[in-house]
Amino acid sequence: MTAPRVANDLNTALHRLFAEDERVILLGEDVCDPYGGAFKVTRGLSTRYPHRVRNTPISEGALVGVAGGLALAGDTAIAEVMFADFVTLAFDQLVNFASKSTAMYGRHLPLRLVVRCPTGGNRGYGPTHSQTPQKHLIGVPGLALYEASPLHDNHTLLTRILDGGVPAVLFEGKVLYGERMFTGGVIDDLYGYDLADGVARIRLHDPVPPDCVLITSGAMVHRTVEALRELLLHDEIVAEVLVVSRLYPVERAPLLSLTGPARRVAVIEESTAGGTWGAEVATALHPHLWGTLASPIRLIHSLDSIIPAAAHLERQVLVQSGTIRHAVKELVHG
Amino acid sequence: MINNAGPSNSAAVLDEGVGPPSLSRLSDADLSSMLLIRHFEKNLLKLFEQGFLHGTTHTCLGQEYVPVTVTSLLGDADHVFSNHRGHGHYLARYADAEGLLAELLGRAGAVCGGVGGSQHLLRERFLSTGVQGQSLPVAAGVAWNLKRSTPGALACVYTGDGTWGEGVVYEALNITALWELPLLVVTENNGIAQSTPTGQHMAGDVRGRAAAFGIAYERFTDTDVTRLRAALQPLVEQVRHMSRPLVVEFVTHRLGPHSKGDDSRSPAELRAVRAADWALRYAAAHPEQFERIDAEQSRRVEQVVAEVLARPLTDWSPR
Ligand SMILES: Cc1ncc(C[n+]2csc(CCOP(=O)(O)OP(=O)(O)O)c2C)c(N)n1
Repeated sequence: MTAPRVANDLNTALHRLFAEDERVILLGEDVCDPYGGAFKVTRGLSTRYPHRVRNTPISEGALVGVAGGLALAGDTAIAEVMFADFVTLAFDQLVNFASKSTAMYGRHLPLRLVVRCPTGGNRGYGPTHSQTPQKHLIGVPGLALYEASPLHDNHTLLTRILDGGVPAVLFEGKVLYGERMFTGGVIDDLYGYDLADGVARIRLHDPVPPDCVLITSGAMVHRTVEALRELLLHDEIVAEVLVVSRLYPVERAPLLSLTGPARRVAVIEESTAGGTWGAEVATALHPHLWGTLASPIRLIHSLDSIIPAAAHLERQVLVQSGTIRHAVKELVHG
Repeated sequence: MINNAGPSNSAAVLDEGVGPPSLSRLSDADLSSMLLIRHFEKNLLKLFEQGFLHGTTHTCLGQEYVPVTVTSLLGDADHVFSNHRGHGHYLARYADAEGLLAELLGRAGAVCGGVGGSQHLLRERFLSTGVQGQSLPVAAGVAWNLKRSTPGALACVYTGDGTWGEGVVYEALNITALWELPLLVVTENNGIAQSTPTGQHMAGDVRGRAAAFGIAYERFTDTDVTRLRAALQPLVEQVRHMSRPLVVEFVTHRLGPHSKGDDSRSPAELRAVRAADWALRYAAAHPEQFERIDAEQSRRVEQVVAEVLARPLTDWSPR
């Protein structure tokens, strides 16, 4: 049986959540049938649950605010922001209301709220529809950040997010929607994966101690695996990849246990540099790996630039497999 | 109905043909509530001067009758979203001067452990936040929940006039009208936002803005709780039972500074504002009752201040 595409897996996960919990409400722009969302992730929900799914006006601030109100009143609220770039319009609701409400009234107030954001570039949408804005939401007390991946089951992920009771943003790499989920521990002929404590580890079917450990998140998985193969076949460098699903707060323990023996570590993200998730990971790990690292943790980013629309220009700016391969060679060979 | 200038206003009895209509005699309970708020706020300003309070506070001196009117039309199932000028909203609902003062002073028994302070209160279905306009969509979300889970209940959100400058207010009004949500917006138009007169921050008016969304609207210039309540009651019933939003604008007066010692108005303006104080006019109309209850509430708040100041500081640590 072929594995579902990531968009379908997300869709199935949402259908299951709706069936399991009658307090689940979903809202966003153009999420209802027959359209089913700009990326079709919400297809079928409004037909099956007409009273629990709503198209909203083009009002990101209000739709995230409404979701916060629903969660406050005891509902399970799932909001979709059509492109992650527009989450800036809901910044106040996330940073000043939902996240702060969990603590600012002097007691813990759980909120079952997740804001889903189709994220990232490599799809030609141009400067205002391609960004990886995770870094703008990093470090907010009471706000958790997650990223979907082709290795993490989306129903498990969404359940974990909502049961955590901490308002969350789920970034979904748009490049993933049309890709298939990986299943059965297999990536390809050379690589397999396993999952432990929310972190997926990709390594050779017959593992050997790696020269380098690469840490990344969902949207970068395919580019990273491509780099892994090139590094192995052409550069004789063995690398392993750790794919996290919770970006923030950084889960240090599983990363440390999996990077333990590595002498070289890199973090790969599609974001531009400066106050990023990758920097948070490096900050979390570095003091513990300090004694064994052969060189500082390397951050691999896109160029400090807006994201052009034309494919050849966009490729120049965003991290590609070649960018990763080049950076890892430098890291390993100095 | 006691709203904008119109034939209905002629029914009101005018003081010697000039000035606002005279104030009817209220129940002791209503007057106590208004004067509890009045003395609470006055004492806060005093506590600031004495250095007991730190940070900021916004008193609702002059506006006390608004929450007392509105709260009397609300039930336990209704949610209230309050704002930066929210002590009156809270006290009108809970009469809990101890808990609120403890919150402001960070003392034991504080409503929110001293974490929220003046502008961030949560108790049962009462919540306040300090960001202008932010509560409107949140209240709309709660109203949507109530429409499904508790038909007949509503969400009430207080705003000032200045808050109408925030874009998210309009996003929320649009959604509330489209989805027919039971949302009551109470705008306390005190003619000024911090230092900026309404005429300098608002083009057009609140009525026109509500009309743009097809939202029912009513404007009150009266300060008489009895008449206001009678006029507002059927409108609030429509919010509940027809599940539709309503914007109510109270034209009112901020007697005190915006927060503390920051009043930018001219002496002439301040004289006019003080002359409009409901308490002065009420005292003139019903001196015996006013003096009695005023003294009671004054004593009550003084006792609360002394008692709360003697409490230990609150204990809290981040999770
Ligand atoms: C988003 C936001 N901007 C600015 C402020 C600072 N601020 C607090 S109260 C206030 C004036 C509000 O005026 P209005 O809505 O008329 O209410 P009033 O203070 O008159 O009761 C301002 C600018 C704020 N709290 N939130």
